[in-house]
Amino acid sequence: MKEQPLLKVRNLNKVYGRGCTQCLALTGPAVDSNICPACNTIIACAGIDLDVYAGEIIGIVGESGSGKSTLIKCLCFDEMPDAGEAYLQNFAAGQTNIFAVSSQKKRWLRNHRLGIVYQNPHLGLRLDSSCGGNIAEKLIAADWYHVGKIRTRAKELLKKTKLPLERLDDLPKNFSGGMQQRVQIAKALANNPPLLLLDEVTTGLDVSVQAQILDLIRQIQQRLGIAMIVVSHDFAVIRMLTERTLVMKNGRVVESGLTDQVMEDPQHAYTQLLINSML
Amino acid sequence: MRVILKVTDLCKTFTLHRLNQRKIIGCQNINFTVQQGQFIGITGKSGAGKTTVLKCIYRTYLPSSGSIVFNSALQGEIDLAQSDVQQIITVRRQEIGYIAQFLRVLPQMTALDLVVETLLAKGDHQEQAVQQARAMLRHFQIPAKLWDAYPHTFSGGEKLRLNLAQAMIKRPRLLLLDEPTAALDEQSKAPVQEMIIELKKSGTTMVGIFHDLAFMKDVVDSNYQISQGCFKEVGIA
Ligand SMILES: Nc1ncnc2c1ncn2[C@@H]1O[C@H](COP(=O)(O)OP(=O)(O)OP(=O)(O)O)[C@@H](O)[C@H]1O
Ligand SMILES: Nc1ncnc2c1ncn2[C@@H]1O[C@H](COP(=O)(O)OP(=O)(O)O)[C@@H](O)[C@H]1O
Ligand SMILES: [Mg+2]
Ligand SMILES: [Mg+2]
Ligand SMILES: [Zn+2]
Repeated sequence: MKEQPLLKVRNLNKVYGRGCTQCLALTGPAVDSNICPACNTIIACAGIDLDVYAGEIIGIVGESGSGKSTLIKCLCFDEMPDAGEAYLQNFAAGQTNIFAVSSQKKRWLRNHRLGIVYQNPHLGLRLDSSCGGNIAEKLIAADWYHVGKIRTRAKELLKKTKLPLERLDDLPKNFSGGMQQRVQIAKALANNPPLLLLDEVTTGLDVSVQAQILDLIRQIQQRLGIAMIVVSHDFAVIRMLTERTLVMKNGRVVESGLTDQVMEDPQHAYTQLLINSML
Repeated sequence: MRVILKVTDLCKTFTLHRLNQRKIIGCQNINFTVQQGQFIGITGKSGAGKTTVLKCIYRTYLPSSGSIVFNSALQGEIDLAQSDVQQIITVRRQEIGYIAQFLRVLPQMTALDLVVETLLAKGDHQEQAVQQARAMLRHFQIPAKLWDAYPHTFSGGEKLRLNLAQAMIKRPRLLLLDEPTAALDEQSKAPVQEMIIELKKSGTTMVGIFHDLAFMKDVVDSNYQISQGCFKEVGIA
């Protein structure tokens, strides 16, 4: 029997604007634009299909504005897609479109089934509440009530993310960029999610700190078996972390496949150009 | 004897879209069969298409036509030229190893972790994986004081041995070697040769590219010369 994906996304669309009947036909990689000339709507994502299997890391690359973050935001319910379906294997036996459930259920899914790490720590953390407090917030959302257990779990997570235990009660605003990302990762892992979404989490960090975070991400996948979607415009990051990659351009997936194949033998003109410009 | 790999009429053409759809022939009409435990050597001038053949088998390159039938212990006979991505990922994790000229490493991952990770990806448990990895590093004579160091500072020979340790620990059914000795001096080649002989004795099937024939004449069962993308079987000196 073929393995079922942990997350299955079909035909996801997200537009900013009122839209018209020609939006999809008049935008995309072929015309190198995501703005409909007829109605000025931005086609941030269109017709996105995606499968993520348990325990794997899948990469999403693409130039700035190609729709990567929008896709992630739709998957964690920060934004509502305009069309499309998604199924999570460990929710309603993978039979219910998670975009169509009540907002209460969506919140439950986000709190219990997902972890999110943003490029900007401001988005994922309260920088002026303690490191432990930030982790506790996520645990409480996931129905942890016992203060002692929350504290033990928070310490465990600091250890996992290689943060010094004595910083538990410190404020992330006093942390370095790399440490803030570790706190975000600790918080994202708190509820033991089967799927972690990471959007440009190493962008802007200096090279050695970036390497430590990448190493941490790999270890989390290997040791905890958590599946991840890693978004980056940096091919080196994608190459180090993933076995499979999706290439996005103008809101569309233009190519997908084995990461080494996409990079060394890209099939589409857009991917070839992208790779040449990103190497 | 059991056929492990059968390549039939394999062609690979690269299309460079940005250069007016220019076509570049990587290899064409490649035919060969590898039986269990055999070592097939590929030789040829630079640019002749050797790496292309190997990368098509590993599916780093998408073959343009032809078939690459691999006898998988887990999935039965599968055509690597047609298999879906999930199948290829499984076969890579479990059964096919690729050793390139250069070691690709995470800058902050220790030598030990690098080898351990291969086993974890295969589905082994942490403790068992660490034990086996240590034994493998010892086997490939990587000094214990380097086990918790970062490989990007290793010497060429140490990197190569680590490379071999990482590829061998999963006991691949098929091992692809792309000029693994190209970056080594004469002295460092001998241990690699010994290892290959040992692997062969233990029944590993291999397809390898080497530019010096002397290096592989003791182990090679068939030698194919590739010239302008085409294969020709040549005698073993
Ligand atoms: N809230 C919004 N309102 C209007 N347009 C938006 C909004 N969010 C995103 N867009 C537009 O949607 C498109 C995709 O944006 P998105 O943030 O997903 O890109 P990205 O691939 O993540 O880029 P980057 O690499 O720069 O982060 C862009 O054209 C962007 O300007
Ligand atoms: N990824 C690629 N994209 C485009 N052309 C390629 C690619 N890889 C190899 N080629 C071309 O295919 C031909 C064979 O190359 P290769 O297999 O690397 O030769 P060898 O390994 O025998 O030196 C060469 O003309 C080379 O430039
Ligand atoms: Mg973004
Ligand atoms: Mg070569
Ligand atoms: Zn429109």
